[in-house]
Amino acid sequence: MEKKYPIQQVMDEQGNIINSSYEDQISEQLAINFYKHLIKIRIFDRKAISLQRQGRIGTYAPYEGQEASQVGSALALQPNDWMFPSYRDHGATMTFGHSLRNILLFWNGRNEGCVPPPNKKIFPPGIPIATQLPHAVGAAYAEKRRGTTNASIVYFGDGATSEGDFHEGLNIASVWNAPVVFFNQNNSYAISVPIEKQMKTKTIAQKALAYDIHSVRIDGNDIFAVYFYTKQALERARNNEGPTLIEAVTWRYGAHTTADDPTKYRNQAESELKRERDPITRIERYLQNKGWYSDSTKIEFEKAAAEEVDQAIAEMEAFPKANPEDMFRYVFEKPTWGIEDQKNELLSVLRGES
Amino acid sequence: MQTSVKTKTLTMIQAITNGLDTMLEQDANVVLMGEDIGVNGGVFRATDGLQVKHGEERVMDTPLSEAGFVGAAIGMAINGYKPVIEIQFLGFIYPAYEQIMTHASRLRARTMGHFHAPIVIRAPYGAGVRAPEIHSDSTEALFTHMPGIKVICPSNPYDAKGLLIASIEDPDPVLFLEPMRCYRSTKQEVPDEKYVVNIGEGKVCREGEDVTIIAWGAMVPIALAAAKALANEEVSCEVIDLRTLYPIDRDIIAQSVQKTGRTVIVHEAHATTSVGNDVLAIINDTSFLFQKAPVQRVTGFDVPVPYFGFEDDYLPTTNRIVHAVQKVMNY
Ligand SMILES: Cc1ncc(C[n+]2csc(CCOP(=O)(O)OP(=O)(O)O)c2C)c(N)n1
Repeated sequence: MEKKYPIQQVMDEQGNIINSSYEDQISEQLAINFYKHLIKIRIFDRKAISLQRQGRIGTYAPYEGQEASQVGSALALQPNDWMFPSYRDHGATMTFGHSLRNILLFWNGRNEGCVPPPNKKIFPPGIPIATQLPHAVGAAYAEKRRGTTNASIVYFGDGATSEGDFHEGLNIASVWNAPVVFFNQNNSYAISVPIEKQMKTKTIAQKALAYDIHSVRIDGNDIFAVYFYTKQALERARNNEGPTLIEAVTWRYGAHTTADDPTKYRNQAESELKRERDPITRIERYLQNKGWYSDSTKIEFEKAAAEEVDQAIAEMEAFPKANPEDMFRYVFEKPTWGIEDQKNELLSVLRGES
Repeated sequence: MQTSVKTKTLTMIQAITNGLDTMLEQDANVVLMGEDIGVNGGVFRATDGLQVKHGEERVMDTPLSEAGFVGAAIGMAINGYKPVIEIQFLGFIYPAYEQIMTHASRLRARTMGHFHAPIVIRAPYGAGVRAPEIHSDSTEALFTHMPGIKVICPSNPYDAKGLLIASIEDPDPVLFLEPMRCYRSTKQEVPDEKYVVNIGEGKVCREGEDVTIIAWGAMVPIALAAAKALANEEVSCEVIDLRTLYPIDRDIIAQSVQKTGRTVIVHEAHATTSVGNDVLAIINDTSFLFQKAPVQRVTGFDVPVPYFGFEDDYLPTTNRIVHAVQKVMNY
């Protein structure tokens, strides 16, 4: 099965294009845009970890190492598509246009963090594993029924493929021929459980076979492979050719979340060796090979990203304190009498009345 | 003559580890199952070191598949094993809800006792530890509502070990709720040896004359703090830790509220259709004529347990309990 699903690359580790069929589609502008987004989401991620360490946000889920998977797939979308992220995919959501401030508010325990910018169809991060897959199918199917060419993309990890919702989602998508792309980031671990203990199959891509849907296994650190294969899958979806399962093979260097200690279950020195295949280093090599790289551009991108992130942090920290009334306001369109009573009772206690 | 019992000073999480270790040693059919419980020792370290000590067949890392491994545990249980399952957080038990509701809870009834499912499902629960969203649910009532499963909720290290052992030895399915907030908040002397705290028995944690405060889990320390604050105002509160949410200790409630005549029920779960309402029904059935004031409830609200930005507003506080006690006193 591994032979049947080889890992597809467009660019090798040294930044050389090895699949020439895509070469003429890669303009300098496209490559530079990828690079810029990769730098931005990495700076965000590192900054968020340090905010957590300083107690300025809560537990945080880092994605360093997975940037190409998130940026490449998000940039393949059309503005009217749907995105269904997991808790580790804010790199993808910010690339697709989510507000950095709201992403930070989410990690700081605020519901505002689940609110996307107007006209951006971004679902709140999936917290219970794999539960977002059927949503993506439903949203995609609704677009198809309404006669649009909009599609859905849904993100999930390797561990998620063990849950029933993964299988139910793929099956329904198959039966309904829904325009959905199942984007799996296979980073080899579900918290401490390595993939060999999660599943007996050697690939995730092969799981699509049972549902008779298209699948492909790609190098998730190769942003060109991610971008072009996701684009193809989305085109298939728009042309009513059905869903696709993409397995992007990647790696997360750090902890599962800031509450986790990876040294308990994984040799961190070995994990660091994977930096040789780092998605950002790789595109830098590509840009250098092409003569499109300059230190000053890199510094400029880093500076712009840091400023944007700092600005978002300032906005997050200046955000008004949670108003207890909001807790009651959105449970139903119109609060029930019980909720009204409870709200009034809390407010009177908070005001010090008896 | 009193025999001296060897004890250790343990936190609740250490007492749970100790209880699991004790049972792995004493009963070869006990197996632990769950996500990340092996090498990682569980996200809260409840199973720390147990895989090294007892092996991978006794302490099993499962795939990320709650419906799968709870269902499989039922199959193992009908075939001689005693699975003790860890669900990472109660908020992630819902994929397994069908297995618990439609199979574990009613297997004995369906088969007239021919099959039964002696499994224990441990689940950290509750708000107040700044966990990410959905990690803080306290939906115990979803489980007490279903006939056929017992629901346990300790509030301190000693009870945790004793109740856990009782749950593992119990022939019926047990949901064992562990208040995260209590995991490391206090230490207590815990016997090294095997002992049980009986399922279905509550405990008076503080004696008092004027008002009975009934609580469980992470609300017990809050209730005790309120009782202490009220003592300064010369109100004497009796505090009861329910410990078992199904079946509830009816006698301890009746005895106390018949003595004090006033009751405040405290829980962090949502108010509607809650275990607290069952306590109220028990008071009504057993002690109606003893009441000097309507029973007050201090609870979480009927809103999804919010992110930690609102958590302090959601959870019952000593202040809210004091208010409720003053209400029953001044009625
Ligand atoms: C239903 C459910 N069970 C358990 C958890 C706890 N949990 C959070 S992340 C995780 C591992 C997920 O691994 P994977 O799907 O590979 O994604 P990754 O975190 O590696 O991106 C677990 C077990 C959860 N969030 N939801």
